[in-house]
Amino acid sequence: MKLTCLSKGDGFHYPPCHMLNLCGFRILIDCPLDLSAIKIFSPVISCVASEASKYPSDESLDAQNPIQKKHKLERQLTFADLVCEEPWYKTVKPLHLWDASFIDIVLISNPMGLLGLPFLTQNPGFSAKIYMTEATAKIGQLMMEDLVSMHAEFRCFHGPDNSSFPGWIKNLDREQVPALLKKVVFGESGDDLGSWMRLYSLDDIESCMKKVQAVKFAEEVCYNGTLIIKALSSGLDIGACNWLINGPNGSLSYVSDSIFVSHHARNFDFHGLKGTDVLIYSDFSSLQSAEVTENGCISPDPDNNYISTTSSDNKDSLLNTEDSLEEMEKLEFICSCAAESADAGGSTLITITRIGIVLQLLELMSNSLESSSLKVPIFVISSVAEELLAYTNTIPEWLCEQQQEKLISGEPSFGHLKFIKDKKIHLFPAIHSPNLITSWQEPCIIFAPHWSLRLGPSVQLLQRWRGDPKSLLVLEDGISSGLGLLPFRPIAMKILQCSFLSGIRLQKLPTLLSVLQPKIVLVPDAVNQRINFAAMKTISILNYFENKTLRVPRIADNPSVEITTDLASKLSWRKLRQRENFGIARLKGGLLMEDGKHRLVSGLEQEESSGKARPLRHWGSVAPESLLDALLKIGIKGSLEQSIGETGSDDNSIIHIANPSSGLIEVSEMGTAIITDDENVASQVFQAIDGILDGI
Amino acid sequence: MAIDCLVLGAGQEIGKSCVVVTINGKRIMFDCGMHMGCDDHNRYPDFSLVSKSGDFDNAISCIIITHFHMDHVGALPYFTEVCGYNGPIYMSYPTKALSPLMLEDYRRVMVDRRGEDELFTTAHIANCMKKVIAIDLKQTIQVDEDLQIRAYYAGHVLGAVMVYAKVGDAAIVYTGDYNMTTDRHLGAAKIDRLQLDLLISESTYATTIRGSKYPREREFLQAVHKCVAGGGKALIPSFALGRAQELCMLLDDYWERMNIKVPIYFSSGLTIQANMYYKMLISWTSQNVKEKHNTHNPFDFKNVKDFDRSLIHAPGPCVLFATPGMLCAGFSLEVFKHWAPSPLNLVALPGYSVAGTVGHKLMSGKPTTVDLYNGTKVDVRCKIHQVAFSPHTDAKGIMDLTKFLSPKNVVLVHGEKPSMMILKDKITSELDIPCFVPANGETVSVASTTYIKANASDMFLKSCSSPNFKFSNSTQLRVTDQRTADGVLVIEKSKKAKIVHQDEVSEVLHEKNHVVSLAYCCPVKVKGESDNDADLIKQLSEKILKTVSGAQIHESENCLQIGSFKGTLCLKDKCVHRRDISSSSEAVVFFCCNWSAADLELGWEVINVMKQNI
Repeated sequence: MKLTCLSKGDGFHYPPCHMLNLCGFRILIDCPLDLSAIKIFSPVISCVASEASKYPSDESLDAQNPIQKKHKLERQLTFADLVCEEPWYKTVKPLHLWDASFIDIVLISNPMGLLGLPFLTQNPGFSAKIYMTEATAKIGQLMMEDLVSMHAEFRCFHGPDNSSFPGWIKNLDREQVPALLKKVVFGESGDDLGSWMRLYSLDDIESCMKKVQAVKFAEEVCYNGTLIIKALSSGLDIGACNWLINGPNGSLSYVSDSIFVSHHARNFDFHGLKGTDVLIYSDFSSLQSAEVTENGCISPDPDNNYISTTSSDNKDSLLNTEDSLEEMEKLEFICSCAAESADAGGSTLITITRIGIVLQLLELMSNSLESSSLKVPIFVISSVAEELLAYTNTIPEWLCEQQQEKLISGEPSFGHLKFIKDKKIHLFPAIHSPNLITSWQEPCIIFAPHWSLRLGPSVQLLQRWRGDPKSLLVLEDGISSGLGLLPFRPIAMKILQCSFLSGIRLQKLPTLLSVLQPKIVLVPDAVNQRINFAAMKTISILNYFENKTLRVPRIADNPSVEITTDLASKLSWRKLRQRENFGIARLKGGLLMEDGKHRLVSGLEQEESSGKARPLRHWGSVAPESLLDALLKIGIKGSLEQSIGETGSDDNSIIHIANPSSGLIEVSEMGTAIITDDENVASQVFQAIDGILDGI
Repeated sequence: MAIDCLVLGAGQEIGKSCVVVTINGKRIMFDCGMHMGCDDHNRYPDFSLVSKSGDFDNAISCIIITHFHMDHVGALPYFTEVCGYNGPIYMSYPTKALSPLMLEDYRRVMVDRRGEDELFTTAHIANCMKKVIAIDLKQTIQVDEDLQIRAYYAGHVLGAVMVYAKVGDAAIVYTGDYNMTTDRHLGAAKIDRLQLDLLISESTYATTIRGSKYPREREFLQAVHKCVAGGGKALIPSFALGRAQELCMLLDDYWERMNIKVPIYFSSGLTIQANMYYKMLISWTSQNVKEKHNTHNPFDFKNVKDFDRSLIHAPGPCVLFATPGMLCAGFSLEVFKHWAPSPLNLVALPGYSVAGTVGHKLMSGKPTTVDLYNGTKVDVRCKIHQVAFSPHTDAKGIMDLTKFLSPKNVVLVHGEKPSMMILKDKITSELDIPCFVPANGETVSVASTTYIKANASDMFLKSCSSPNFKFSNSTQLRVTDQRTADGVLVIEKSKKAKIVHQDEVSEVLHEKNHVVSLAYCCPVKVKGESDNDADLIKQLSEKILKTVSGAQIHESENCLQIGSFKGTLCLKDKCVHRRDISSSSEAVVFFCCNWSAADLELGWEVINVMKQNI
């Protein structure tokens, strides 16, 4: 088995991407898009004010202080630095170094891991089987369609551009371009250029989704008769999963970002991953959360850099609800902030697009508004909002237990349905929807994509409210720094930056591993540095690095072969003279690969020529005297001549046969040679030798 | 190893489905139904056959309910709450959601309206349902270490499943009720090609073969339309879930198209609420419905209203869906009592009516009066329409499924004995599969698959992955590939069996190889004076090729090789391998040959060719 980590990703929206070589099959795990990279592009803003505010500062810089010109390279980034062109999208770079036609299987763990897949399936040679859960397929498809429809705005603004090479990259290669921008475009090592792609079209999405085989949780699918692949809930979001792969050479589990107790999706189903030979730990979330502690109001607890294994390996500690309660508190905090600003007459713009969070927020927000006296409408503006929200109420199988209880009592899974009916929540496909104008009312609470603040209705709304100190902007983690808010500065809005739990906390990893008991664990190098695995003696830990191939030796026993009973009964068994507790038989039939198992079944029965199956291999030794006796019994007389070996070798005996025809038999430790020109005598002698030796 | 299939209910009859199957020591109860036509103790399956002591928790590994019909789930609260079974129970999500409604509806009908003793209480139902584990289609569930179950789409009603169960190497499928064709709102049954020891199939329509259902749908719509057009009232007695939704979809659609304004009523709030479940469980409906769902949920009926008791005597036409089906009791029977005497009215009976119910009486023959349960008689002058499309598969469907799965054995349940016997003969003769039709209380035992497991060496697997064709043409060319014959199964007492390549056997046995070979220095008389060794070899090999079929000859400078046979030009004056040399003066060249015992015959064939000179 070989693992190559193509990208360790970056947070919830950019999951890691791996290439796995298993049983000779090449498996790609996830195919994400680095959507944070589109921050280098300028959003479509109809407002001139922002640009005007930039130029004076630039000019003054030039005019007033010529000395400062030198420092222009290190100057503050301005809006004008952003690329004002139709955006391209950044994919996983090393993936382009692999021939798409050699990929056998693609496993998609969550909707974010699907966003880059149309780029791969566009390739005419692409022929891999794609597996993902039904919910991932549906939600992922909607996300891609939304992305395309939001991108269409750029098309309208910049006009069609069909050049195969983006002109904007050339401009960025200049010296005076800020380093930050360059880093995003060209990457750390400066060779990321090839990973930029023009966005796919709706047709590409459709043809991509046609190639998908959607599965349920815990459904076993068999690839090529060899690998049995199973998706198990990871708890990260609706439909997100980890993978369990069983093959003839052992079992493998892939653990991506997972959440033990979720308030909307099915919980992390770690019981199903127990006792595999190899576990690939691909949860990088703990690395991100420890770094970011920005001006955001909510920040995660700083992880202890060195966590030793706790001896208590009870599963309860994994399933404690502390984390999930904390998540609920965050959501409630957002609600209260929104209510506060609404109270003060300000609107709230929520750009979070994690579907689970949005669903919970919608429900919480509506409930809290209803219980208060505030009459504030909630708008959800997205081209796919209606379909997505309708869909989430028809998938009780994919939701957590509390939501399933609702099914039993006949309530819809998520409360938004009722509020939509009561006209408390309004859904609009776009900001220019005619109905939006008629029902528009401020203050309001708006859910609008995209979290990158470059696409979708959030751009216009942010533009509208950015000067209003009463209004509130709710952002995903890490957007406010760097380029994120650049086009909207100066900004007077209150900003609430939220980071949500999006993986396994590092403290829980040792406990998880001691519950799962894999034989080998592959962990990212960075995780290994932070955790003391020394206490886990039974488990061997291997490190993997981004863009390096790690070879893992096979640890399972020899593969098992199953033999059908009717075939086994047809085998002709031989008892051995020398060893009584052994039985051996030559095999028959055909060897098949079925359900990940080698199976020996009775095939087209070969008519063995008149059934005289003759042993083909012998072992043991032939004593010349006993051979003489045996020959005598069948009427062949011979005389023994002790070693006259020309080479002077030891124990070479020669038996001369005179009757019925002449010949000789050379007997040595290694073997016996029958030398005669008489066919009958030869086979008789052979029989005699066969009678003395064991063979098969 | 064997599989025992004990039929507790629905053996040679329809009603109280309950089959207990023992696979390699694991006991699974499939369905736990109630007989709608019985009032006495026969209503429930005879659970004492499973365990005399009543210790059901140890007797049964798990219960699996295929769908929410009373004859499949009806006895469950009784079994768990009264008999005391506490083990796991599995149902699909819709079945788990809808079964309590069905059970409660039935309980109310029986107790409130017919005045019977309570069989189980509302609390029983609630407690019972708490023990149920919901499963999704195709989800592979490990009930315990050995027992694995999986549900497949059965299409009979919302959430109906077929169940695959596997213990060790033995596997069975219990179909429950299923439908092999797509209907108005549900898809057709869908199952993987599995290796099965036993298939337990329903056989409601064991001899009927049905054509397209569209003409019959049209008949139904026209019958209802004609009735309401004439000012009559149409009564459709049905259970709360399933048929009601399908027929209502049909009518709602028709009303829309024909612009009919006659009201359609649902008898109780229950069915309206049932529609709520249908809306949520849309992923369990047919592809067609799912696709429409994006824009409009097809279970949002536009013309449907709630029915009020006072409307029974209201003038004017209407259509009423009333529970329960089969006119066995309750509200539908009450309405029937009032509406049956008028010739304007219509009673449309969907689906199957169990013997003993009023529905059954109406369907069999044309009675003018009908006895109700409490002794009152009702004149029947209304029209009776039998809705002749059913969510059960027909005989062709059963045969198709059986053929597709090709199990080693078939057991038929849930049908009427005469037609089941005909189907049994058909399966035995046409498909050559042993088929059983056990009666209630009987057990069928069949053999189960077991595999012998052995660890295979890499060398064996490697040799198996490359082709090893052998050609022989005794009478006609035959190609064989016996690559597995290189493998040897080695069994040592009290150890796991091993499969090794034949070259590895001695190593496994800790023995030394002993090669038995043959050798002969063969004289070849050469006619022409050719000094060239290569020419000689070439001539020889051509000749050998003519006589020895399928020989692959490798020639080299002074030797030729066929399989393990190797002949080398022997230049020695006195070779030990030489025999009886008639020292004739003719030009003789010697070929020193040796070959292994494996190629015994081949070697002699070649020698014989050589002896014939050139």
